[in-house]
Amino acid sequence: MGNLEKNIALNAENRADFELIAKWISPNAKVLDLGCGDGALLTKLRKTHNVRAYGVEKDDANWLKAMNNGIDVIQMDLESGLSGFEAQSFDVVILSQTLQAVLNTEAIVKEMLRVGREVIVTFPNFGYWRYRFQLALAGHMPVSDTLPYQWYDTPNVHLCTIQDFDEFCRKSDIVIQERLVLNDKEAVHFMPNIMGALAMYRLRAK
Amino acid sequence: MSENSYVGIVAPQIAHFNEPLTLKSGQVLPQFNLIYETYGELNADKSNAVMICHALSGHHHVAGKHHEDDKNPGWWDNLIGPGKPLDTNKFFVIGLNNLGGCHGSSGPLSTNPDTDRPWGATFPIVTVEDWVNSQARLADFLGIKQLAAVLGGSLGGMQALQWAIAYPERMRHALVIASAPNLTAQNIAFNEVARQAIITDPEFYEGDYFNHGVLPRRGLRIARMLGHITYLSDDAMGAKFGRKLRDGIIKYGFDVEFEMESYLRYQGDKFAGEFDANTYLRMTRALDYFDPAFEYGGDLSLALAKVTADFLVVSFTSDWRFSPARSREIVKALLDNELSVSYAEVTAAHGHDAFLMPDAHYHNIMRAYFAKTEV
Repeated sequence: MGNLEKNIALNAENRADFELIAKWISPNAKVLDLGCGDGALLTKLRKTHNVRAYGVEKDDANWLKAMNNGIDVIQMDLESGLSGFEAQSFDVVILSQTLQAVLNTEAIVKEMLRVGREVIVTFPNFGYWRYRFQLALAGHMPVSDTLPYQWYDTPNVHLCTIQDFDEFCRKSDIVIQERLVLNDKEAVHFMPNIMGALAMYRLRAK
Repeated sequence: MSENSYVGIVAPQIAHFNEPLTLKSGQVLPQFNLIYETYGELNADKSNAVMICHALSGHHHVAGKHHEDDKNPGWWDNLIGPGKPLDTNKFFVIGLNNLGGCHGSSGPLSTNPDTDRPWGATFPIVTVEDWVNSQARLADFLGIKQLAAVLGGSLGGMQALQWAIAYPERMRHALVIASAPNLTAQNIAFNEVARQAIITDPEFYEGDYFNHGVLPRRGLRIARMLGHITYLSDDAMGAKFGRKLRDGIIKYGFDVEFEMESYLRYQGDKFAGEFDANTYLRMTRALDYFDPAFEYGGDLSLALAKVTADFLVVSFTSDWRFSPARSREIVKALLDNELSVSYAEVTAAHGHDAFLMPDAHYHNIMRAYFAKTEV
């Protein structure tokens, strides 16, 4: 399976985090989904929340799928920034399961906070106990259903833990409005940085 | 492409307009003709019409052939036809030659009704705005109140954008391909070199060459050669010609030795034999002058404030004459107005000419957009 197919498979599986993202969206909001894939999240949000949806997608095949799904989709590489979008022009900017794959992580998060009044970021928690075990005991880089790559072919160049991201927000003057940690679609409250596989943040600029 | 996807034998028609047309320059065309072709059937609601706006050297013959042995089908035949991305089973497609053209619409080659002589150099300077106004008249003539879409590449894309600005209630979709919201200084510079090649040709006679029984072929030829260089990418030229020598040896002279030279001369000669110099000057000027943001202090977002159409904007990575960055300016202005817009940046090696090529992904994009365009 190539990276692209894996990413699409990932998209389909992550409907669980879509459900929770939807809970953070107000009806009729103007939403920008960065790395929108085939547009599944935006399609859902349009149905359930009547949002004004725009997607950003770099990959040709995904772009075409999003277009075929009726999404307004802009083809661009997030790494080059969001200069094509006016400051505070969206109610919400979403980066779902893509943070770990971007190079200029800090710059992109700042760009999202510039463009969106609110930002939703979700990413796999590298502090999850299974990953810790794989590295500490088995002695190899973690591989799982949500991180299905080998170290040599992974697009995930900036994996972080919940603790890391909390610190990043503190240092960067980013307000964490809400944080949700999941394991197998269930909310995790006990030792989230160890027990949680997926982290979801609702952010705004200070 | 299979035979059944071809629109068949087509014949151009001429629409005559008696109502005067006031041009942006202030000059008035008391009457004018537009030559056009149509493909597919206009539906009962007259809601499935797509207007094709041509680029610098284009014309009304967009698809199909004029006769069985016609070597060259219309210039966008790979895109338009039954089952093609712009499907003539669904849409009624209109191609026309713009005012000032040299393929049958009123222009330097046609007769000035006031003098009964060819207009020649006296034909007024027309702009993208004037073209779009005349195209709206053509839509009236065909009984079409609202176009499903206006589509154009390059200078044609500027017309699609102008349609959306000038006639928001008369069109639902604009497809702006390999275009720009105005020309850069570099682009105006290329146009100026082309014009100077024509104007300084001793046989130009200030545009009055017909009355001197000559044609400024040399100028037109050089203008076209220059144009061709800018429509291709360095990589595409390298791949196609490289440093290949026509006869395999250096001859220490100035005749054609490199294949590149041969190609340019061929293209230049061909063009000089079939295009009118006065038209070429006017087409390049229309390009130079188009700048909808100008009246709004350079703010394109303000210029597009009245637009209601949905947009597809497409650019090509190797197009340096109408670069992706210029298309992104259009997209930004559309987003600022919260309009429906999709933007694709197609990876293509062919440079500006890519918009005329049958690239699979590009055509899939066009197909997808037209599939979701309601009629």
